[in-house]
Amino acid sequence: MRECLYAMSYRNDPYDPKQVALLDPAALAEAVATAEAAFAAAANPEELTALRPAHLGDRAPASLARREIGALPPAAKADAGKRVNEARRSIESAYAARAQVLEREQAERMLVEERVDVTLPSDRRPAGARHPVSSLMEQITDFFVGMGYEVAEGPEVELEWTNFDALNILPDHPARGLMDTFHVAPEHSGMVLRTHTSPVQARTMLTRTPPIHVICPGRVYRTDELDATHAPVFHQVEGLVVDRGITMAHLRGTLDHFARAMFGPQARTRFRPHYFPFTEPSAEFDVWFPEHRKGAQWVEWGGCGMVNPRVLRACGIDPEVYSGFAFGMGIDRTVMFRHGVGDMRDLVEGDVRFARAFGYGA
Amino acid sequence: MRVSVSWLREYVDLPAHLTPADLEQSLVGLGLEVESVVDLADTVTGPLVVGEVREIEELTGFKKPIRFCRVDVGDANGTGELQEIVCGARNFAVGDRVVVILPGGVLPGDFAIGARRTYGRNSKGMICSAKELGLGDDHAGIIVLPGASPAKPGDDARPVVGLDDVVVEVELTPDRGYQMSVRGIARELSHAFGVPFRDPGLASAPAGTEAPAYPVEVRDPVGCDRFAARMVRGVNPAAPSPAWMVQRLTTAGIRSLSLPVDITNYVMLELGQPMHAFDADRITGSLVVRRAVAGERLTTLDGVARTLVAEDMVICDAGLSNPDPAAGADAGVPISLAAVMGGESSEVVAETNNVLFEAAHWDPVLVGRTARRHRLFSAAAKRWERGVDPALPLVAVERAVRLLVEHGGGAAGAEILDIDHVSAPAPVVLPADLPARRVGVAYPPERVAALLTEVGCTVVAGPDRLAADPGAVGVDAGGAVSFLVTPPTWRPDLTDPADLVEEVVRLDGYDRVPAVLPVAPAGRGLTWQQRRQRAVARMLADQGYVEVLSPPFVAVELADQLGLPAGDARRRVVRLANPLSEEEPALRTTLLGPLLGVLRRNLGRGQRDLALYEIGTVFHPRAAAGSPPAMGVEHRPSDAEFAAADAVLPEQPRHVAVVLAGEVEPGGWWGEGRPVGWADAVAAARSVLAAAGIPEDRVAVRAVEHAPWHPGRCASLVVDGVTVGYAGELHPAVIAELELPRRTAAMELDLDAVPAAPVRQAPVLSSFPPALIDVALVVDVDVPVAEVQGALVAGAGALLESVRLFDVYAGAQLGAGRRSLAYKLTFRAPDRTLTVEEAVAARDAAVACVAERFGATLRGV
Repeated sequence: MRECLYAMSYRNDPYDPKQVALLDPAALAEAVATAEAAFAAAANPEELTALRPAHLGDRAPASLARREIGALPPAAKADAGKRVNEARRSIESAYAARAQVLEREQAERMLVEERVDVTLPSDRRPAGARHPVSSLMEQITDFFVGMGYEVAEGPEVELEWTNFDALNILPDHPARGLMDTFHVAPEHSGMVLRTHTSPVQARTMLTRTPPIHVICPGRVYRTDELDATHAPVFHQVEGLVVDRGITMAHLRGTLDHFARAMFGPQARTRFRPHYFPFTEPSAEFDVWFPEHRKGAQWVEWGGCGMVNPRVLRACGIDPEVYSGFAFGMGIDRTVMFRHGVGDMRDLVEGDVRFARAFGYGA
Repeated sequence: MRVSVSWLREYVDLPAHLTPADLEQSLVGLGLEVESVVDLADTVTGPLVVGEVREIEELTGFKKPIRFCRVDVGDANGTGELQEIVCGARNFAVGDRVVVILPGGVLPGDFAIGARRTYGRNSKGMICSAKELGLGDDHAGIIVLPGASPAKPGDDARPVVGLDDVVVEVELTPDRGYQMSVRGIARELSHAFGVPFRDPGLASAPAGTEAPAYPVEVRDPVGCDRFAARMVRGVNPAAPSPAWMVQRLTTAGIRSLSLPVDITNYVMLELGQPMHAFDADRITGSLVVRRAVAGERLTTLDGVARTLVAEDMVICDAGLSNPDPAAGADAGVPISLAAVMGGESSEVVAETNNVLFEAAHWDPVLVGRTARRHRLFSAAAKRWERGVDPALPLVAVERAVRLLVEHGGGAAGAEILDIDHVSAPAPVVLPADLPARRVGVAYPPERVAALLTEVGCTVVAGPDRLAADPGAVGVDAGGAVSFLVTPPTWRPDLTDPADLVEEVVRLDGYDRVPAVLPVAPAGRGLTWQQRRQRAVARMLADQGYVEVLSPPFVAVELADQLGLPAGDARRRVVRLANPLSEEEPALRTTLLGPLLGVLRRNLGRGQRDLALYEIGTVFHPRAAAGSPPAMGVEHRPSDAEFAAADAVLPEQPRHVAVVLAGEVEPGGWWGEGRPVGWADAVAAARSVLAAAGIPEDRVAVRAVEHAPWHPGRCASLVVDGVTVGYAGELHPAVIAELELPRRTAAMELDLDAVPAAPVRQAPVLSSFPPALIDVALVVDVDVPVAEVQGALVAGAGALLESVRLFDVYAGAQLGAGRRSLAYKLTFRAPDRTLTVEEAVAARDAAVACVAERFGATLRGV
């Protein structure tokens, strides 16, 4: 490049009459022909570039010819100048044309030469994964947050009072025995590992005033040995709505809406009468799951009901003014039937092959 | 509880053609949990016929005696000839009628019957035992039909042995004791099908007589508010229980023992009234019903010698003298753990002639406690706990007496004992529109009244009744239409208006409740802590970590395995009173224990390269927290009370942890793999803080010694001067102790200790070109890089845009204990292109600061 710039500023060279012959049309034509032949012989842009000084440089025949124009009689100058310029333009364009060809050839060759096997493995970083229970918990939470609910949380080691008494599960109630509770030592410490997420509902009602719309996801504990269908630790999500004029129809509408969000537009719920101390009336509900691995069918999903007025009273909410509904379901169980998990141990043991099968997408 | 439909049909007029599916549907619709509905006719297929044994040839020379029989099966075999069958049982004789399954039949368990050669003879079919037919566990011999049976050879044997029936098994909810009986289930079915129900609980029974059937003294009328008894004398001890009774007991899973005992069980199944049969000759004195004295002993029918506590209710034989004076005068000796299980000393035996039937009513709470205390969840205890109709005792006694006299002979005593302290069910005031308001279905008041009447309530309508005597129910109806509803005696669960609402919606049908979506008030979305936890979880998964949700149960010895020093806060654990495993009685104080267990499990399953994370709670007991104050449920506890209770709970911060082993990036066609190192754990910790939105300049990483990490490879993560966690390589001793791969690395942060992310301020971006200068500084190796960098930044001033360490070098020419740190410094001004002189001056100032603080020298540039 530097050489090129230098050439452009180099004018009015010493006069050299001996070389006037270069202005001869035949000589110019030959210079053009020689240059074209040389350019055509260049195999790549580098070789072509190397040819440039010889044919377009200061000492190239066409350049030298131009210098000789000054020695001509004025009448001949215009004619000669025109010839020289034409010759030079021809060489320039031959150069440019060849350069374009060669560059294109080289670009094409490069594309061929640089070809790789794009099917080589690209997993340089091993894949991570969310636990499907966490993912589903977030998905459920998001659904209810979208409906205007807020997420309430509470401690896993819980007061017996919030886990049982406040929920109308009094000390001698058979339901208390059915809960298979882990008690915190020493005996009669008044503390348990919460057996359900319902104490979060009690805490919510103790600390907020209606209208209350909350969803309570979390970890719960029962004294079940780990096997294919039981685990001592699992996850629940419960919903609680307390306001004036809340009815069982509202509960039904909420669960139907939720079922469709989780299991598709064909999904719906079915209520069966049941008993829970903290709701009255109470129901268990099934969901119609069209994409069940074993064909469309009703699947037991959770429990629900109208909050027992005794619970409202214990939590400081006037049952004459307010009513509410509550519902809850096991997340692990939902993961199991939704994704066809055959063995509960897979959810607990932390085998990376299991979680990886679910990835970490939404 | 398993009952047959034929038994139910005795009390409810079910449709003649009732499919098992309809039956199940109707029971489920009323809230009974149906375990199974089995049509017994479907359990045995093919020709199952009555046969009469004509010839028996004893085959000898085999391991056991075998009989080759010729059996008349009428025309059932198509030929009318005698059927030749080999049989291993011996409890039958020529002339007996038996149950034969012919070739082509299939017994339960897919047991196909064919003609075959056995014991040297051709056997064409099989003579069946009850067990083979799925009718019970009796495999002692084949079924021999009773002499009175009208069945003829060749008849279908199904109706003869009860295989034409349908058996329902229901699981009951904890509040509905009345459903644990034929009476209760039949009642529910009458609701479901709208058909007549004949209540066996309302059958007429003679009232108690002046003279007692047996002298009984009830000393605790709260624990036992009713006690009825009647004697049957001169019973034939050898009288067998009728086959239909045995059949029904067997279906229910109850073994036949003796006629009197079978009758008590039969009446319990039919009416729901648990009963007891005493051998009157094995009681020496009057009966005393009282609380036990602590330490008294009783051997119950299951053969277990039990030590009683003062709360247990017992029936005592006052004829025996109690050695413990604390029992009081004439206290007698316990012969029955009341309501739960009888005692051995007074039970009916093979020689019993005189039977005293007892039917009482016990306090459900006391029975429940006794059952739990003695781990004796007998069929009786389950019913008591859920509530038994206190109106039943006389009806039950009458039923039992009649059955015994009919099948065992003897004479019913004229005297009937009935000690009755039962109080009538309390009426409940129900605003007539409450069901509609709670359920969202417009039930007319007359519908509400009709449905409640159907379940047995007495419904008195109208405000007039209330206005006349509001005091009786304690509620002023305020002019609205209300019902005064008195629940039936068998429904002790109906105490609140809400209970009555449930009965209305249950009988009207849950499927009639419409779906209406309520509108929630505007919510505020997730809290920042909830959003942060999600950000951290996603980031870790995105960086290759696999999420684990491990159970928090740990061994106490874990603290030693992790090398935690004495006095470390993580050694103080919350213990469980009833852990699943005595090996793991404590709750985790660090996520690392369970997480390393999961790591090991994965290694055991053949994984080599592992990166795991967990976000979860750890548990730290409060020092000297004591017990929470007692709080009632009649009203809300005060804020102070609840705060005091809450303060007892352990601290339960949420932590995040990762563990890494093997290669963090595997080898491949691109080159070698990269093994896990301490730096990966520190990087994970930094990433968590970044995901939590903490700006880098508020995070410091410092070298610390902290178990279970390698003392020379452990960093603390400090935010705003507060340590929030640790990261690095685990201590080699911990790795050896827990049998982990070498160089296993880990990180654990207390997420709750990480402050909220600030609202960040935007930087001012300069579009002027940067000046790039490299410097290599030689410092002592024990000067932490973080401090060298801090000095560089401090010295360089405002023009420094970024600094990056790109090489660390130690070599002989630097001198022992020295190393070279090579940095790329980028300078840039907001308002101009920096001159070379300006950039060099800033560089010199940066170097000078490091030189001054740490004696650094510039390495030859």
